[in-house]
Amino acid sequence: MNSIILLSALGLGNLFLGFRRSNRLLLPVMMLILGLVLTVNFLDWNQGPQSFFSGMLTIDNFSVAFTGIVLLTALVLVPFSQKYVLDEEANLAEYYSLLLFSMVGAIMLVSYNHLLMLFLGIEILSVAMYVLAGSDKRNVRSNEAALKYFLMGAFFTGILLFGMALVYGATGTFELSSISFAVQNPVNESLRPMLYIGMLMMLLGIGFKVGAAPFHFWTPDVYEGTPTFFTAFMSTVVKTAGFAAFLKLLVQVFPAATAQGVWLPTLTAMCVLTLLVGNVGAVAQTSVKRMLAYSSISHAGYLLVALVAFNGALEGASANGILFYSLAYSIATVSAFGVLKLVADARHREDYAGFNGLAKTNPLLAFCLTVSMLSLAGIPLTGGFFGKFFVFMAAVENGYIGLVVFALVMSMVSIYYYLRPIIAMYMRAADDAETAEAVPVTTFQSGALLVLALLTVLLGVLPGLLAGAL
Amino acid sequence: MLTVLLLLWPVTAALLLHFFKGKSARVAALGAALLEFALALYAAGFSGAKLALGGDISPKFEANYSWIPTAGISFHVGMDGLSLLLVLLTTLLVPIILLSAFRRNFENESVFYALVLFMQTGLIGVFTAQDAFLFYFMWEVALIPIYFLAGVWGGLERARITFKFFLYTIIGSLFMLAGFVYLYFQTGPTVDGLSAHNASLSAFYNLNLPAETQLWVFWLIFAAFAVKMPIFPFHTWQPDTYTDAPAPASMLLAGIMLKMGIYGCMRWLLPVVPLGVDYWQNLVLILAVIGIIYGGIIAIRQPDFKRLIAYSSLSHVGLMIAGVFSLTQLGMQGASIQMLAHGINVVGLFFIADAIERRTGTRNIADLGGLTRQAPVLTVCFLVLLLGTVALPLTNGFVGEFLLLAGVYQYNAWLGAVAGITIILSSVYLLRMFQRVMLGPDSTHSATFTDLTGAELAVLVPLILLVFLLGLFPNMFLHLSEGSVLGILGEVAKR
Repeated sequence: MNSIILLSALGLGNLFLGFRRSNRLLLPVMMLILGLVLTVNFLDWNQGPQSFFSGMLTIDNFSVAFTGIVLLTALVLVPFSQKYVLDEEANLAEYYSLLLFSMVGAIMLVSYNHLLMLFLGIEILSVAMYVLAGSDKRNVRSNEAALKYFLMGAFFTGILLFGMALVYGATGTFELSSISFAVQNPVNESLRPMLYIGMLMMLLGIGFKVGAAPFHFWTPDVYEGTPTFFTAFMSTVVKTAGFAAFLKLLVQVFPAATAQGVWLPTLTAMCVLTLLVGNVGAVAQTSVKRMLAYSSISHAGYLLVALVAFNGALEGASANGILFYSLAYSIATVSAFGVLKLVADARHREDYAGFNGLAKTNPLLAFCLTVSMLSLAGIPLTGGFFGKFFVFMAAVENGYIGLVVFALVMSMVSIYYYLRPIIAMYMRAADDAETAEAVPVTTFQSGALLVLALLTVLLGVLPGLLAGAL
Repeated sequence: MLTVLLLLWPVTAALLLHFFKGKSARVAALGAALLEFALALYAAGFSGAKLALGGDISPKFEANYSWIPTAGISFHVGMDGLSLLLVLLTTLLVPIILLSAFRRNFENESVFYALVLFMQTGLIGVFTAQDAFLFYFMWEVALIPIYFLAGVWGGLERARITFKFFLYTIIGSLFMLAGFVYLYFQTGPTVDGLSAHNASLSAFYNLNLPAETQLWVFWLIFAAFAVKMPIFPFHTWQPDTYTDAPAPASMLLAGIMLKMGIYGCMRWLLPVVPLGVDYWQNLVLILAVIGIIYGGIIAIRQPDFKRLIAYSSLSHVGLMIAGVFSLTQLGMQGASIQMLAHGINVVGLFFIADAIERRTGTRNIADLGGLTRQAPVLTVCFLVLLLGTVALPLTNGFVGEFLLLAGVYQYNAWLGAVAGITIILSSVYLLRMFQRVMLGPDSTHSATFTDLTGAELAVLVPLILLVFLLGLFPNMFLHLSEGSVLGILGEVAKR
């Protein structure tokens, strides 16, 4: 709760700093804010569940852990906004404040205990992202991304809201445990279809936000058009928070066997489709940014495996799997987008060939991107391996062997496209003069990338540090 | 504790190597590798004495730390005789391989040497792991550095070839991982009760799965080993990769990495799914024998020096696989000592191939000839290693091949007879190659050819001494692995 208040207050404060138009000051201030909130957030660890706003928000270990991931991701991402710092035209204070506000939404998403909070969280998060997607005002693609994201987002928000209304109509409450109770002990059997339709509509709404197929069509275009810095934010923070929200919804609201009979097949179908679309789509891409967009779809698929296989409370193997996976994925993705942004800014291209010879000109960037690609591909020694390992193990344990086999085959496919940047960097020579030059990197950014790479390896070597945290 | 030290030292040294630049990096790397070898020798001496005294076959120098406590996965390492044999091979060959690379000037030298040392950690991890997931983890740790070694410093086609290699091996090992996960869920809880299952080697040995399950679990686990060794028809990545990789990487691949597969079969396949092995034994043996003949015949036709060695390696590894799957003491013991012998010979041959290529700029056998007069020392070294590979008595190859063939013969006389052709084939392709490269009419290169330098002799002399050491005193090494082989056969017989 403290983190929500702090983020909102400091976000406002940040806006006032913007009046001075001193962009150089903003970056350190932003990092300080995030560091501070991160610390405050972990003060709530192991304090037991605390309720706020008449029980509409609950802060427990689950929410603290996911809030931690969200804040940490933002903290390591901020150094890559350096280009905006130097650009006098950029409204940096606004961007930063919007990021802070959107994180308030993310925190609400991981700690809601009331459907209203779920809705508010999603909207706070999304509205900020609509604006940020279009922040590169002079770029047509950025405008297209914002419009597309907004229109589609608004449409699915409507579906989500309608779903909530139907659930409310069937159960008479917005409070999670009461809905859950009503689902198990219905007052009126004839309202059951309405309840299930409402539930499915809510699934669709959240499925859109996390970019699951078949509601993924916006993802590649929006990710590509949005400035890379915000794309990174979108594919990590938004996704992590969305999955935590998904998890809470399924576990705390619709755990009943009869409800499961409806959402489980839907979710399984979404999962299979997402894995297929993400991985096969990524293979066909020529732009690294679009590849990363499809890769983020495919990772939503792996996380859906954990959701499908979910069994038990928010402390079980699946919840830990999702937590570990989200962290490993976020770290690797920030690092990938970070390197992509630096390379694309310097070389003005986003295709694979733009990475040619990077190992010679910028060994550090090449190394960090390699670690992140291996992590996304799920190769051992990286956090991504144990993320997949825990998720798949939880699924096997609960008997979803067929699904895991499919996911495994898909991750074999993924090795193909994750290796391509590595091959370009280490095994091919630059094909034009601009590509042969070293990419300018500040010490700050190298430091951030190195920290991300080390974290990835740390998670990959000592997974016991985090496994079973919840 | 010693095992942990053996594991951690190379990777630590690899990290420290970052602070060395240029030539000092190679010296530092060599020093680190020699220190590692000294540690392994100490372990061998200690353990060898114990083995001679009591016949105690349990793993020595064990260390067991909890790694992922909630899942019952532990960092459990230890060395029995067989592990020790392979750790010795690894720690012996790595300094030699490092030394062999001294002649070349690689770009980013310290990274190159660091990767070799890093890979050593993975290799030793594979040979000492007592936990299935640790084994898998180390299996991949060994793969990543070799991918970059072959991919960054390799030949022209490196991007395509290493890509194929990486895909093949990683898909193979994912099957193995799936097999391990399945077995893991069949096990009982850990000793401390923290987790419902555990992945220790002993738990896997005591599973006693029904026969029909073992039939398919066998293939899941065998997939990784089949690709890594490689056994016919999973070998298509191998000749390209061996040929295109820089010489030190080829040596690592053929000298040590291939043994991961054979060791894996002995340790993690035969005793875990004995009934599955029982069922597929014939098929694997036939594939292995096909590999022997196929590799040999193709090697005869090879115009490329390095490629010839690659196919010869394919042929030799076929015999080792046949020996292991004969499930006889002779065959397994033969495979154990042949792993050492083959490692030594193939590293030597790759080194000579590299030395000749460096001087003449070609690997094409047809372009060479008449080098003997200019390089008598090289000729002698070459001949010794060649005869070792052909399995002439008194050399290291003889002991291994003799035991292997005896083992296969014990299992099935016909297969033994067919496998025996390997000796004829290898004499044909190796001696023919020797003739065309070293003897024969002078070629354009023979006038300018120079003999081995002191640094090159420093690589070859230890190898040649070992050729004779293993050939004359094989019992030293056979004793080391005997207990483990009997233990494995005992587990297999329990079915």
